[in-house]
Amino acid sequence: MEFFRIHKTIPFMRHAKVLNIISFVTFALAVFFLAHRGLHLSVEFTGGTVMEVAYQQSVDVGKVRETVGKLGYPDVQVQNYGTSRDVQIRLPVQKGQTSAQQSAQVMDALKAVDPTAVLRGNEFVGPQVGEELTTNGLKALAMVVIGIMIYLAFRFEWKFALSTVLANLHDVVIILGFFAFFQWEFSLAVLAAVLAVLGYSVNESVVIFDRIRENFRRYRKMSTVETIDNAITSTISRTIITHGSTQLVVLSMFFFGGPTLHYFALALTIGICFGIYSSCFVAAAIAMWLGVKREDLIKAPPKRDGDPDDPNAGATV
Amino acid sequence: MNRYPVWKYAIIVIVLLVGLVYALPNFFGEAPAVQVSAAKATVKVDAGTQARVQEALKAGGLTPDMLTLDATSVRARFVTTDDQLKARDVLQRAFVPDASDPPYVVALNLVSRSPTWLTALHAFPMYLGLDLRGGVDFLLQVDMKGAIDKRAEAFAGDLRTSLRDKNIRGSAVSRNGQTIEVRFRDAASLQAAKQLVQDQFADLSAVDSQEGSDWKLTASIKPEAARRLQDAALKQNITTLHNRINELGVAEPVIQQQGLDRIVVQLPGVQDTAKAKDILGRTATLEMRLVDESTEGRAAELGTGPVPFGSEKFLDRQGRPVIVKKQVLVTGENLTDAQPGFDSQTQQPKVDLTMDAKGGRIMRDVSRDNFRKRMAMLIFEKGKGEVLTAPSINGELGNRFQISGSMSVVEANDLALLLRAGSLAAPMEIIQERTIGPSLGADNISKGFKSVMYGFIAIMVFMCAYYALFGVFSSIALAVNLLLLVAILSMLQATLTLPGIAAMALAIGVAIDSNVLINERVREELRNGASPQAAIHAGYDRAWGTILDSNVTTLIAGVALLAFGSGPVRGFAVVHCIGIVTSMFSAVFFSRGLVNLWYGGKKKLKTVSIGTVWRPKTDGTAVVEAK
Repeated sequence: MEFFRIHKTIPFMRHAKVLNIISFVTFALAVFFLAHRGLHLSVEFTGGTVMEVAYQQSVDVGKVRETVGKLGYPDVQVQNYGTSRDVQIRLPVQKGQTSAQQSAQVMDALKAVDPTAVLRGNEFVGPQVGEELTTNGLKALAMVVIGIMIYLAFRFEWKFALSTVLANLHDVVIILGFFAFFQWEFSLAVLAAVLAVLGYSVNESVVIFDRIRENFRRYRKMSTVETIDNAITSTISRTIITHGSTQLVVLSMFFFGGPTLHYFALALTIGICFGIYSSCFVAAAIAMWLGVKREDLIKAPPKRDGDPDDPNAGATV
Repeated sequence: MNRYPVWKYAIIVIVLLVGLVYALPNFFGEAPAVQVSAAKATVKVDAGTQARVQEALKAGGLTPDMLTLDATSVRARFVTTDDQLKARDVLQRAFVPDASDPPYVVALNLVSRSPTWLTALHAFPMYLGLDLRGGVDFLLQVDMKGAIDKRAEAFAGDLRTSLRDKNIRGSAVSRNGQTIEVRFRDAASLQAAKQLVQDQFADLSAVDSQEGSDWKLTASIKPEAARRLQDAALKQNITTLHNRINELGVAEPVIQQQGLDRIVVQLPGVQDTAKAKDILGRTATLEMRLVDESTEGRAAELGTGPVPFGSEKFLDRQGRPVIVKKQVLVTGENLTDAQPGFDSQTQQPKVDLTMDAKGGRIMRDVSRDNFRKRMAMLIFEKGKGEVLTAPSINGELGNRFQISGSMSVVEANDLALLLRAGSLAAPMEIIQERTIGPSLGADNISKGFKSVMYGFIAIMVFMCAYYALFGVFSSIALAVNLLLLVAILSMLQATLTLPGIAAMALAIGVAIDSNVLINERVREELRNGASPQAAIHAGYDRAWGTILDSNVTTLIAGVALLAFGSGPVRGFAVVHCIGIVTSMFSAVFFSRGLVNLWYGGKKKLKTVSIGTVWRPKTDGTAVVEAK
């Protein structure tokens, strides 16, 4: 089997401008939605109580909401969790009431309506924990970005490091944009997925840059644009197969992993799709515009000028 | 060129064997068991306890499948849960005669069904997190500011007393947050006081200043002393929590420090959060009262008369009655420390007590009036009082005094612990709480397992179809990667959570990347006209640099997650990082070994089974070379 029967080098960089405009528009949209709608943060970040209640028969979410609403919780969120028999109830932090009292009160009310209701799980997070999670998340993001930049600058060159990080941060913002647009729940697991995507799609850029460096070495007469095009063309089959394989696992998580892994898998899917796009088209294009040259990657052989103190240095007959 | 020296194969074989052995316990599953562990610091669990367990079970007509003894507990394994429940009742009767004062904790548990020789090799199944096994998880925040404030208040009192003792007049001591301010009317007193602080209060640092006609001395707790104080407060709270949780009869409670001021409490298998919280939040109180030594009191103590009016009867820890007056002299709030030690003169074990200023003043007055009389120290828990000790007063007491005489070292340690553990060193608050029902946990395991399995099968089918024999090699390498990952997680006994299983699934995706890189590279070399052997060699060689770079960048992200993540993120990061490292071994080193073994010996190799190698022709017509 061979999916990729490519006859000639595909001139990706000729369309760089168009591709980058698309990127920029998506990015701007993501930022707009993030600013406009914000993320639907999970209880881990906001603080509050989450209850998971299981019923014997499928249950009407509206009725549950009504029952809980009568207890004096105005903005209570009730949704199905996994199956139609399980519901998840989110309660905000209430002053002067512990989460145990809250959940006992809610369970009493629910049992009065349907005695088959069983509390499967309960989670309470104090408000001070959430703040810390946000700062720690940002710290982790900063450390990933800085760490990767230093490594790439050391292994390749700063222009590559910068373009890789820019391209991949663009992925991260787009994932967040999706979560903001659809108001999907942003939990700690999703944060982990986002950061893992950052590491994973940098992978992609590294593979392409590795090939660009090799091409610079091998084909001395090729122009920079041709070199980049060639590198992307010759790695594209690997890129798509690898991501396809990873996507297979992620899909498996999406379908079989249950509600906890649902958004985790979703974040990874978006990350993987945009990861391919950004490392092929965005990272290389930024590197091109930053003016990457053959000399940047291939260190000139040391000059054989001999001893600089040699009195005869430079003397020719 | 595609041959491995023998030692490389040896490494592969050894790693595989070790991996297999340590991954093995995970396949045996778990069996019901009953666990007997000590509920008190003074109770030891040893071979004697094991023999007692065996006898008790025999008397109850039960034969355990296996009986093991480890550092803290004896565990009896059973085949059915019925036997397990019966055994629990039998052991409960034998080991806990009085439920209000249990010397042992008898709890239901699950132990690995793996054979003894594996356990002897310290090969255990992976340690499952609460989201997989069910239970309650609390995060407690210790109010350190409260602890230091309390300590500063105690210092202020001490300082006030010392200044008075030294006849340093005209001073006014006040506490302002965590600093103590002393005002004087003349400079000489200030200097004297400063000297006093330097000599007697090693934990305080004093700075003087002048405000108009007033001289002011500002003493603050030294940073290292504050740190020590916080450390001690946290340790004491953890000890207290341990003692209380023992009552719950939880098989494997986890009580750990997290960060500087937090404590994690995990109670696997516990569903009743309300009871757990009640126990965590409960405060035992310590009270000091005088023993009623009137004639009526003595008669009541001997059991020959009624308890006189204004007194109460309590039992001491040996079960002897002590008649104690109802008036409370001092409570545990005034006790700042209790430490075991040795008397410098008699070389007998003792317990040193330190009271705060108020407590010290009361002690002095009480001891002056009640010389040679007995004073009882009582601890109240769940509304029930118990006399810890009732020594007689042999002199005028101050804010530091000692209890000594007729105590063993163990008893002194125990008494000091009980006196201290009576109350929490610093107030605590539950800031996070999670309950996972056992059915939810089992659900999570099966869902996580399914996603890993189906993902793995899907990739395997694809690889074998697309890369033929090389795909088979890659699939085997992938299976090895999973095996090693499970083995290392079992070896480290790192906690496996649902996000951890997700990371395992993702690790499969990341690991296959290396194999795809290699296989594509080999194909490319073949496409460019290299001979099969040269293509394999060059393919592995050239792909290695790329694999290393891409794995290091992924690892950087993993380490960052590990460093800053908490809870689920950490569980993800641990597995993610280990998965990257094992993938480098399996995808590159191990798969090369397989390839070398298969193709390396063939000198005149014409073709390699790596799927279709398609060559574009320069004139645009393509030639497909099927293999």
